[in-house]
Amino acid sequence: MKRRELIGAALGLAGAVWVRDAAANAGELAAAIKQFAAGAPVTEGRVEFDIAPLVENGNTVPITVRVQSAMSEAEHVKAIAIFNESNPQRDVANFYLGPRAGRATVATRIRLATSQQLVAVAKMSDGSCWSKTVDVLVTLAACVEP
Amino acid sequence: MARALITMPATAKRGDVVEIRTLIAHPMETGYRAGEDGAIQPRNLIRRFTCHYDDVLVFSADLFPAVAANPFIAFSTLATASGTLRFTWTGDKGFTQTETASLAVT
Amino acid sequence: MKWIVAGLLCVATHAIAADARRSGFDDMSPQVQAMQRDDAVNPGMLWVQEGAAMWGRECARCHGDAATSMRGVAARYPSFDTATQRPVTLAQRLAAHQRTTPLAPESDALLSLESFVALQSRGLPIAPPDDPRLRPYRERGEQLFRRRMGQLDFSCAQCHDDHAGQRLGGSTIPQAHPTGYPQYRLEWQAMASLQRRLRNCMNGVRAEPFAYGAPEFTELELYLATRAAGMRLEAPAVRP
Repeated sequence: MKRRELIGAALGLAGAVWVRDAAANAGELAAAIKQFAAGAPVTEGRVEFDIAPLVENGNTVPITVRVQSAMSEAEHVKAIAIFNESNPQRDVANFYLGPRAGRATVATRIRLATSQQLVAVAKMSDGSCWSKTVDVLVTLAACVEP
Repeated sequence: MARALITMPATAKRGDVVEIRTLIAHPMETGYRAGEDGAIQPRNLIRRFTCHYDDVLVFSADLFPAVAANPFIAFSTLATASGTLRFTWTGDKGFTQTETASLAVT
Repeated sequence: MKWIVAGLLCVATHAIAADARRSGFDDMSPQVQAMQRDDAVNPGMLWVQEGAAMWGRECARCHGDAATSMRGVAARYPSFDTATQRPVTLAQRLAAHQRTTPLAPESDALLSLESFVALQSRGLPIAPPDDPRLRPYRERGEQLFRRRMGQLDFSCAQCHDDHAGQRLGGSTIPQAHPTGYPQYRLEWQAMASLQRRLRNCMNGVRAEPFAYGAPEFTELELYLATRAAGMRLEAPAVRP
């Protein structure tokens, strides 16, 4: 049993992307969010971030982000940005909406190099920023390519 | 031409929120992966996706290496008037692809 | 006599009872299941779409509407090929059919055509032909399934019959029924055949994988199809 796990782990590491120092990552994540928010404070709330808590394969992870908003001319979501903690770079995707979106819901599929934190940040028409943070456990597939 | 799949209704009532789901075949090579020979495979990504509704930009996205291969993007738009939706993906190595779909609005 | 009976009982309990069979679909997370279920989001549909285009250009003139002419076809492979007097997989049949240059194994073209043909059997029971000529190959396939291989010295049966449902690392060990090939495996970020998956399995036990198209693979595919007979074909499948 132990030998199998060791070999599995070694195979996984060989294929995994380089994972950086945790402290450096946390600092960069905060900086990336701050830059997107352009000076506005970021408050947790109004944003739903749907993602599996345990991911079977980090290559393709479905996510859906929803923001509570009337999506009217007066009050709407201008942009939704997704950031990660431990991939080689912090950005994942930025989505640009507006009153013609009708609904502030976007979905895509992302890559996760390892178990980590993700943050979705929504920028509103009044400049305010709202966020949701999730923690994801990423496991590796068994029996892969050489 | 990469294969692309657009799923959206053909008709809608004015004011409806129309859900649009898009898929396009593309490796989204991150630029961080080593190939079988050990050398890093060059980055090859779709960088930007736009949706124009009768030539008005209604949705767009910037994509980074963390977007999975064969990118899937789902979003919505308000049915305003009958017209054409134009979806464009652009990226590295001069990649550009456009697909269109008609929406009949009553 | 006691030992023979005990031995037979051992063998019987190690195989999976027919009503206890599970597709790999059932072992996946709800999120990946959702990716497979909806054709609008299933990445395999990109290959199906290409296959449909190829069908229109190259196959329709003889075979007409695929939904009619190809219904049930994918579920009946591997089958016996009278020309070569050997079993053939669907991929092998499609690769060479009416072509001077066969489509290359694992090529996008072949996978697209195979995915499109497989789609026409979606929901139908896997039904490898009850052809007596296939028997010696099926038996060899079963022997391969039960043969220990590689540095880890495991047989397919040890993981997929004896330990199915238990965990290997973070993953649930599936029963390994070929219910959805060609399949979009998230690990590959692409569509591929059962043979690619079997090569991954052999790599998993640190065995030298058989080459694509090897007779051993056809025999294994034939045994696996028989072992899965009656289970519904899910095409195109998505797996982690």
